[in-house]
Amino acid sequence: MSNVALRLEAVSHTFHAGTLNEVRALDAVELELERGTFTAVLGTNGSGKSSLLNAIAGSLAVAEGHILLEGREITQWPEARRARLISRVFQNPFTGTAAELTVAENLALAEGRSGRRWLRRTLDRERRAALENTVAELGMGLEDRLDTPIGVLSGGQRQALTVLMATMVRPSLLLLDEHTAALDPRSAEQVIRLTHRAVTAGNLTTLMVTHSLTEAVRLGDRVLVMHRGRVAYDLRETRRRRVREHDLLQLFDQLRWADRLDESAAEMLRRAYV
Amino acid sequence: MNLLIGAITIGLILALLGLGVFVTYRIYRILDLTADGAFGIGAAVAAALLARGFPAVVATGFAILAGMLAGGLTGVLNTRLRVTPLLAGVLTSTALYSVSLFVMGSGNVSLVSADGFVNVAERLAHRWFGLPPSLTLFGAIVSGGSIASLGLMLLLAVGTALLLAFFLNTEIGTAMRAAGNNPQMARALAIDVNGMVVLGLCLANGLVALSGALMAQYEGFANIQMGIGALVTGLANLLLGEALLGRRTLGRWIAGAVVGAVAFRLLVGAAIRAGLDPNALKLVTAALVLGVLVLPRVLRRSGLPTEASGRV
Repeated sequence: MSNVALRLEAVSHTFHAGTLNEVRALDAVELELERGTFTAVLGTNGSGKSSLLNAIAGSLAVAEGHILLEGREITQWPEARRARLISRVFQNPFTGTAAELTVAENLALAEGRSGRRWLRRTLDRERRAALENTVAELGMGLEDRLDTPIGVLSGGQRQALTVLMATMVRPSLLLLDEHTAALDPRSAEQVIRLTHRAVTAGNLTTLMVTHSLTEAVRLGDRVLVMHRGRVAYDLRETRRRRVREHDLLQLFDQLRWADRLDESAAEMLRRAYV
Repeated sequence: MNLLIGAITIGLILALLGLGVFVTYRIYRILDLTADGAFGIGAAVAAALLARGFPAVVATGFAILAGMLAGGLTGVLNTRLRVTPLLAGVLTSTALYSVSLFVMGSGNVSLVSADGFVNVAERLAHRWFGLPPSLTLFGAIVSGGSIASLGLMLLLAVGTALLLAFFLNTEIGTAMRAAGNNPQMARALAIDVNGMVVLGLCLANGLVALSGALMAQYEGFANIQMGIGALVTGLANLLLGEALLGRRTLGRWIAGAVVGAVAFRLLVGAAIRAGLDPNALKLVTAALVLGVLVLPRVLRRSGLPTEASGRV
């Protein structure tokens, strides 16, 4: 059995194909994620990192290429089917939870992710007690608010619960979509710690899109830098090799230089021939 | 007294309509105009089958089925063909007008000689509880049939409300509420949102058709116009119920739909007795719904902070 959890083969996608606004969001991306590794994805705006995540989660149906999860081809699977194996935490804390449902109901739904849902009561006494224990482990006092509609909780609390919901049933792959970007620093720190704990405890294969270089080098075993729909840099064993934010910043500068070079070259050609 | 019993019975029949509208409007936030067609087709199917001598239970059962099919059609139009819910409902409803005419054979079917649920209820009440053909209640002579109908409707409305409440607390029901509340989250939790929308519309319009079928049997006729305004009537029931019982828990909310429907019929009865022209009924209903929906927004504009809902 190979050690590869996720594999992307020549995955490409173009938005607005055939129009003036054509954007090559993913350009023949090749990627392998080994089981139990934490990969951080960095990139400028429009570099394709969100498209990459959406392509894997299934909210973006890619035009070309193959996506394999644990050796199974999932390229044609709809998002809901993939979600049995892939869990996801969104940037907006309101996206990952159903505001009108109670805390307990949200958690119970997440617990039912991998199996079939039946006409069984969602919350019997046993299940509720089990959920209470799970929530108590967060240490945020939310176990007393199981029957509160989740919409009245703060963004930080909701995001912490979303991380819990994403990891309480062990996923084959955990996707984090800038999941601390919308939080205040204190809540962000709390959610990061929580994520780290859950990922370590479950030895989860994780792919995290982030804008924070600090988070990337702190959590990632591997850092990808995306640019123009491709993986421009792939840094492995970043933690062992003590890669720092500063090193990443330099990479970004290089990318910017390359871009500028492209532009000035284009300008030269225009001047020479038009 | 007879008027009062009649108003409550009709209220309980329309409570089923209210429960259907609850599912589409409050769970899915869809203004599902299929309701107008489903109410009509429910009445039409039940009347056509009863007139041909089928038992009331069978006729009502097929009416429910017809409503569910109608809801399913709207659901498929919406989820597979990407037609907006409002248009999908209008299309289904419009098509159902013709279907109802085909089913009934004409615009009006009389059920005077048919064996509808009123007769069935009266027979059962007589056999089991020895209910006499007529009795005196608070000094008024009341027919056994109307008492029996009231009892049966009470049982049906409360039973259906309890079933709905139970269902919405099961795993599938909770998934359904999540699909309506936050589709993106639902998909991320492996819930087939499109499937849930179709299922919800089936359920809702089955309830609405049941309401129509019972109404036809209670009134003793089915008319092609019966379904017109069903959605707005259902909304009025629902909103009145919310005003009376609030929406703090699911149970209260659902109970509100039943209580609201009865309260609304009582109000209507009182208004007509006080001299309101019955022809103005739909006008008043529409105005009421508009008022209840717009009032919070007017209050908000006047500076009072309220929750951002803005869904009409």
